[in-house]
Amino acid sequence: MEFIFKKISSLSAAFILVLLTAVFIVLFLYAKPAIKKYGLHFIIDPRWDVSVPIKEKTPTKTNNIKSQKNKNNNIEVSDADVLAALGITNTNAKTETIYGGLVPLVGTILSTLIAMLFAVPIAMGIAIFLSEISPPLINKPVGIAIELLAAIPSIIYGMWGLFYFGPFISHIFGGSSVSLLVAGLVLGIMIIPFMASLTRDSMNTTPNILKESAYAMGATKFEVIKDIIFPYARKGIIGSIILALGRALGETMAVAFVIGGVFTFPKKITDPTVSIPVVLANNFAESSGMSLSALFYLALILFILSFIIIFSAKFYFLKNKN
Amino acid sequence: MSEKLEKVMDIKNFSFTYNGANKPSLKNINLPIYFKKVTALIGPSGCGKSTFLRSLNRIHDLYPGNKYEGEILLKDIETGDMENILKYKKENELIKLRQRVGMIFQKPTPFPMSIFDNIAYGLRLMGKKNKKFLEEKVEEALKSSALWKEVKDRLKDDARGLSGGQQQRLCIARAIAVEPEVLLMDEPTSALDPLSTLAIEELVTKLKEKVTIVIVTHNMQQASRVSDWTAFMYLGELIEYGTTEQIFISPHEKRTADYIAGKFG
Amino acid sequence: MRLIINKIILILSTLAAILGLVFLFWILITLTIKGFASVNLYIFTHDLIDNGLRNLLIGQFILAFIAVLIGVPLGMIAGIYLQEYSFNNKFATFIRNLSDVMMSAPSIVIGTFVYAIMVNPIGHLNGWAGAIALGIMMLPIVVRTTDDMLGLVPKELREAGVAIGAPKYKVIFNIIIKAAKVGIMTGLLLAFARIIGETAPLLFTSGNSQYFTLNLNHEFPSLTVAIYNLATMPDKHLVDIAWAGAFVLTLFVLIINLLGRYIVKEKK
Repeated sequence: MEFIFKKISSLSAAFILVLLTAVFIVLFLYAKPAIKKYGLHFIIDPRWDVSVPIKEKTPTKTNNIKSQKNKNNNIEVSDADVLAALGITNTNAKTETIYGGLVPLVGTILSTLIAMLFAVPIAMGIAIFLSEISPPLINKPVGIAIELLAAIPSIIYGMWGLFYFGPFISHIFGGSSVSLLVAGLVLGIMIIPFMASLTRDSMNTTPNILKESAYAMGATKFEVIKDIIFPYARKGIIGSIILALGRALGETMAVAFVIGGVFTFPKKITDPTVSIPVVLANNFAESSGMSLSALFYLALILFILSFIIIFSAKFYFLKNKN
Repeated sequence: MSEKLEKVMDIKNFSFTYNGANKPSLKNINLPIYFKKVTALIGPSGCGKSTFLRSLNRIHDLYPGNKYEGEILLKDIETGDMENILKYKKENELIKLRQRVGMIFQKPTPFPMSIFDNIAYGLRLMGKKNKKFLEEKVEEALKSSALWKEVKDRLKDDARGLSGGQQQRLCIARAIAVEPEVLLMDEPTSALDPLSTLAIEELVTKLKEKVTIVIVTHNMQQASRVSDWTAFMYLGELIEYGTTEQIFISPHEKRTADYIAGKFG
Repeated sequence: MRLIINKIILILSTLAAILGLVFLFWILITLTIKGFASVNLYIFTHDLIDNGLRNLLIGQFILAFIAVLIGVPLGMIAGIYLQEYSFNNKFATFIRNLSDVMMSAPSIVIGTFVYAIMVNPIGHLNGWAGAIALGIMMLPIVVRTTDDMLGLVPKELREAGVAIGAPKYKVIFNIIIKAAKVGIMTGLLLAFARIIGETAPLLFTSGNSQYFTLNLNHEFPSLTVAIYNLATMPDKHLVDIAWAGAFVLTLFVLIINLLGRYIVKEKK
């Protein structure tokens, strides 16, 4: 009995490895047609669901004819494009649909970047406030409020962003009420409580006696925070920032409402764009064939990105354990 | 004692009440602290000796709502006047006070930085930036705390890599680097092994040439070994104060005698 | 100068805290106002097809409940292995790291994975796929909770159990898990609160249904997916239903969190 239970338990643990490997393999297999077709060029190609002519290697007879033919081809293409845009498919024009992941990749990175730039200072401020400034009377309710807010489902943040925060931001900064900026800020607001409560927890691990002995040297509160608490809790603080980064990067619902979902590069920060999770959320249901494979390719990229982030955080923890 | 005694601190009718407590933890304490002497505070746990010590640099002010009454006078080195430190209100007055009255804690408290930066920390806070000056001061402080030989080749290492005893001597070096007038020690050896304890005790005896020391200790032998004056506290009151010799050999109060004899505590 | 810098930083921190709290309370207040305006008895007694939430609430709960049935036993046993049997060998450290990675994996990626193994081969969305996606989300949280909470049980208790002559698995089940019960329960409660509010893993696994159903072989009603769909509708009445759903969901999640907090406090 003992033996059986031990075996079962170790198999359960191994199941996590199996599962994670399976996620990786399955995503890879489904993404394979797209990987084969586009290769790594996929991540620098800004075109998504764009029809382009298939470049035919027609045997050339004379230079003159070739150039003429090219010219004709060009005209044909633009016609086909217009027709395609009108929803009429020209069966005569040989086109293929190209999928490239650059726009959502850039959208993901930029929205995460905006979120971090916005959230890190505020979350640090909240953590400092909670652990060093606030009187006990305020400390407790605010601390609990922050923790509860971290538990609110992300879809709520997205919905609030769509109906209230987006219009508010577009009122101030102009532009659309769904945009890269709004998405980044909503994402930031979503991770603030998470980051703040983790940071506060690690700041609170600084022994009182250590803080006191810095005050006993005549240090000011800011100096104690900067020279004692931050270095002491550095590991935990950086860890919480990286975890929040991972959350922001893979977040779907808080962003889906407010980023716009269009496959264009944002020229201004207030322009709409799209991010990888949002592409997946919006297009998965209607996709098949190459477009589905391209979506899996995007999912794989997102998975690898978050994998790298979490592992670098882990590596950092391990390195600093001694 | 033939040498002339000079008061560096004078505590008068001092009472202290913790935030939210309905009665004071320290009641009506009167005690002089003599210049370049070691004063030991002894008494059973909970008698208020640490609370008292922590009043002398007003570290209690880190937590709101604590109440001081009476006077704690500290001599101004320049004018020779006695100034009531309980009157200090502004933050820079408190900062200056803490630079004049240093403190060592029950456990070693190396800051999360290198050995050198630990010692230089107080000086840097005072605005001293000259590298040469800092190096000299660090060396001097480490020599005074008998740590120089052990760490001179690894000043850049993280201070937390030192042994417990070394860490505590580092903290002493850090405190004396800013040349305080008074050094408060709150059971500085309670977390250390006997050998490290011995090293700290020797250091205390040596340091009194430079600085006035007030030491809280649980350990009766330690008090008798290192101090010149001893104050016995019990239940928040100062029961008896006198030269260490007198307190240990012929205490006037029965409670003092009982405590020293190990009948309670 | 030092004091001025000190003041500035402290004021900035306080302002940051106030700013953060303003946003966060803004969310809560809108949610409450919007929610109260649209929550009524009707929505609890009618399905989505009749502009109610009943089937969605029940559906979401069933999905989360099946996820618990999948994630909790598996996760707990794996957690027991890590803490009690592995002696912290390299394999255990490796699994712990993987579990943490999985905990932080984007939830939508879990959704794509489950789509690939459970929706694509079958050919249509189904409730099981959604429940399994949530179960996978829950698994690493349960592993972590169990591992951490068992780690808090003093070593002496294990030794005392073994000294009495009990086999190890009995010591684990009769003594150690009981000792860590409160912590584990709280962890499970919070894990449940976390997955019940998930949307992304359900979007293309179980999808949503307008009708009341208990048949997990087809599209399955989900509150969160419905909120996502309804909120972007032009019809104001449907948006109001989405707000009502959002309010009920948030309230539920917050109550579970407060409950977990209360249990921990009681224990202390």
